[in-house]
Amino acid sequence: MEKISLTGQLIQYIFTGITVGSIYAMVALGFNIIYNVTEIINFAQGEFVMLGGLIMVFFSAFLKLPLPLAFLLTVAVVTGVGALMERFTINPLKNATVLTMIIVTIAVSILLKGIAMFVWGKDPYIIPPFSGSEPIVILGAAIQTQTLWVLLMTAVVVVLLSLFFKKTRYGKAMLACADDPDAARLVGIKVNTMVLISFALSAAIGAVAGAIITPISLMEYDRGALLGLKGFGASVLGGLGSFYGAVVAGILLGIIESLCAGLISSGYKDAVALLLLLLVLYVRPSGLFGNVEAGKIKEF
Amino acid sequence: MDRQNRNRLVGLIFFLVLFPVLVMNVGAIGHYLDVMIFVGIYSLINMGLSLLMGYAGQISLGHAAFFGLGAYTSGILCTKLSLSPWLAMFAGVAITALIAYIVGVPSLKLKGHYLAMATLGFGVIVYIFFNEEVALTGGPSGFSDIPGLTIMGLNLNNDLYYYILVWSLVLLTLIFSLNVINSRIGRALRSLHDSEVAAAAMGVETSRFKVIIFVLSAAYASIAGSLYTHYVGFLSPSSFDLFLSIKLVMMVVVGGMHNIWGALLGTWLLTFLGNEWLHVFHDFDILVYGAILLAIVMFLPEGLIDLTPRMRRLWKGR
Amino acid sequence: MKSSAKLVQMILLLITALVLMSSCAEKREPYKVGAVFSVTGRASFLGEPEKKTAEMIAKEINDKGGIGGHPLELVLYDDESDETKCVLAVKRLIKKDKVPVIIGPSLSGNTLAVVKVCNDNEVPLISCASSIKIVAPVEDRKWIFKAAPSDSHSVERIFEYLLTKNTRKIAIMSVSTGYGASGREQLLRLAPEMGMEILADERYGPKDTDLTAQLTRIRGTGAQAIVNWSVGPTQVLAVKNWRDLAMTSIPFFQSHGFASRKNIELAGGAAEGVLCPLGRVNIPDLVPADHPQKMVIMDYNKAYQARFKEPLSAFGGHAWDAMKLAAEALGVVGPKPATIRDYLEKRQDFVGQGGIFNFSPTDHNGLTKEAFEMVVVKDGDWALAP
Repeated sequence: MEKISLTGQLIQYIFTGITVGSIYAMVALGFNIIYNVTEIINFAQGEFVMLGGLIMVFFSAFLKLPLPLAFLLTVAVVTGVGALMERFTINPLKNATVLTMIIVTIAVSILLKGIAMFVWGKDPYIIPPFSGSEPIVILGAAIQTQTLWVLLMTAVVVVLLSLFFKKTRYGKAMLACADDPDAARLVGIKVNTMVLISFALSAAIGAVAGAIITPISLMEYDRGALLGLKGFGASVLGGLGSFYGAVVAGILLGIIESLCAGLISSGYKDAVALLLLLLVLYVRPSGLFGNVEAGKIKEF
Repeated sequence: MDRQNRNRLVGLIFFLVLFPVLVMNVGAIGHYLDVMIFVGIYSLINMGLSLLMGYAGQISLGHAAFFGLGAYTSGILCTKLSLSPWLAMFAGVAITALIAYIVGVPSLKLKGHYLAMATLGFGVIVYIFFNEEVALTGGPSGFSDIPGLTIMGLNLNNDLYYYILVWSLVLLTLIFSLNVINSRIGRALRSLHDSEVAAAAMGVETSRFKVIIFVLSAAYASIAGSLYTHYVGFLSPSSFDLFLSIKLVMMVVVGGMHNIWGALLGTWLLTFLGNEWLHVFHDFDILVYGAILLAIVMFLPEGLIDLTPRMRRLWKGR
Repeated sequence: MKSSAKLVQMILLLITALVLMSSCAEKREPYKVGAVFSVTGRASFLGEPEKKTAEMIAKEINDKGGIGGHPLELVLYDDESDETKCVLAVKRLIKKDKVPVIIGPSLSGNTLAVVKVCNDNEVPLISCASSIKIVAPVEDRKWIFKAAPSDSHSVERIFEYLLTKNTRKIAIMSVSTGYGASGREQLLRLAPEMGMEILADERYGPKDTDLTAQLTRIRGTGAQAIVNWSVGPTQVLAVKNWRDLAMTSIPFFQSHGFASRKNIELAGGAAEGVLCPLGRVNIPDLVPADHPQKMVIMDYNKAYQARFKEPLSAFGGHAWDAMKLAAEALGVVGPKPATIRDYLEKRQDFVGQGGIFNFSPTDHNGLTKEAFEMVVVKDGDWALAP
């Protein structure tokens, strides 16, 4: 087999980066939705992705349901998990500090991981790609078809979210909560309900990410934490609360990692990505697209 | 030092003296001494975290890195340069403090979740460094055969001696920390925690105090790291990963982060729960652990240290 | 009257004797074996089959009346793949449970973390992890034995095979955990000795979601073969990406950690043609009938699959060897740590799952590269490599 050309290599790295980055972006979107309404960083966000993947395996590989049905059911179940989490753990806490809330989300993530371990065991699972397994070759670079699904679904999620926040009553109300919860309450918005919706919505996005990444990367019960970490990095890099920031930063992070693994050092790829993130924060303390004021108010 | 602190200190010393006498005479819990050594090591780190989080109002999700820097500096200097372990421990503190200063100055300008991300990122970078610099650190397969500690010819390679050493250091650090809390710095810090803007307006040099406490807490973690190294005799990066950083913060919050005694209590409870008391549940222990954690933070948001005052309030309220 | 008194006396005597005898039989104190495995956490794929195997053997022995009448008591703790927890679990085994011999831990790092504890307390330990450092230098490892073959054996086997195919330019990939790093160390050490040239040395994290970048870089170097050293999901990911990138003209070698049929299933068709050195325990049907290991391997495979309804992995085999060695030593010399140690050190020709063990004062592992066979994935199953 002849060597691959540098252009081919670069295309390969960038495509890989965009694929992985899209997943980071979706996790980051989940962080942002909850953060906007509650100021909480939900450390269980990665577990939603893990659950999305494993529940998808259950519906499509065990029950052998048709793909679209399995996908919708997966999203519905995980959305339910997100809503339950909010009702049972976040909602009862009235005057807790942000840090206490964060520890609550960590405890929930430990529980979700434990439950997943009992239901699915410790082995990884996989499902076949959504359509065909022959990769598409562009200039010597091979693109998996599932990659295209990831890109498509990310785009769909971003478009739907934009429509939700711009056009629907609930979406606008949630944005209002993000701006100023007290004022929102004054004009009659039920902040309580908005928090519930934010958890459900984040869980749904997590489920989508999990379901579409499983054919590429496999899924097992303890995968959530690392995906959560990468997503958190992306949402901070983009600026907490900024939707476009999350998408841009997620994909950027993915590309940096991939290029670094290919061209510099695969061992240090995560370290390089994080170092760049730190440098960005030192120069722009509220991330790339973050609101400087918002970054200043939110403390523990 | 006020009366409450003095009473608590006397109580703690009393408990620490009685503990080995008790457990060493009861076969079934003879190994509790070992668990207590780890409680002591983690307590050292968590007292620093308590100062940083509870008093200065700054979060760190990267303290496992300082713990690891102390541990690796000790390990490397002792084996590769055959330096005296005590000198190595001191060198570890110096190196860790320097790194904490370099990282702390720009990072502590960040707020809230951004600071959390910066410290977390720093922790992961150090972890990757431990993993990748195989020639220096042994990489993921680790670094073994690190000698134990001796003091004036007395070999401390004995659980009781090590217990005494670790807990003496914990007590010294505790007294020192209590003094810090009651000093000018401590008062400045509390004003920081209440309102940074107000503190700055009153002429408190907020950023300088934050950095001082950050460096101090890193130094505590570094000493803990050296003690860990010489006790276990083996180092590998997985003992200093992100999950340890999160676990440490959890211990502090569960105990009650606004009180240094809370940090000790939380460390003690979670270390014994995680290593000892949940074994009866076998594979279910992770679920029980999560549930207990959730219950504590939900019902005692101020931490375990708030348990007695809260009971008292409930009692009087009736 | 006199005779009836005598009768009563006789009966009483009989009863006492019976009670004494029965209590004697019951009172045979149990022999303890301590075990620490990573049943949960990142290395659960090791600890899970190890735990199952150890429990299965304990039950088998007890069903047959124990060790010379002494019931076998397996005291098993989960270290959750965490070194600190492992140290505390071993201390508990020694101090609280007072076991005379310990099997496990599952991980090299965890084993190295408890070397000091076992040496200080003079309790023999039979590790189920693979790093060579566990038993070297042997002077500092007086109480430590190892049932798993070393990485170097596996590496030697792969290199030998490559040399027969006249392949000398290779690329290596490894996961940044103890397992991957230890294999990488041996690959880098043995390559120049055996005349191999390493063109690329790529690494990745245990939870990475994609290895395309590493493989693409390798593709750019013109390597003639790829050797990948990892366990867990990334070893499947590596195979899948290799297939997706249409790199199948570059032969792909896995470490002995690939030794589970589950991996072939997970990779779908992608694992066709992948080569790896395997212990014979994974390929019972391919072992010739006259091979000394044939019997034990067939028995273990049958018993394990009947009981747990899942394919066997090589890791369970390490626990089988450790457990059988410990039980045998207990039976011969009784529950005394020092004599168990001496017994293990002299044990020769122990036919186990991982190979035929020949322990000696200078070799606490007792295996050679002969423990491995080169196999290839063919039609979704293992076949001997041509």
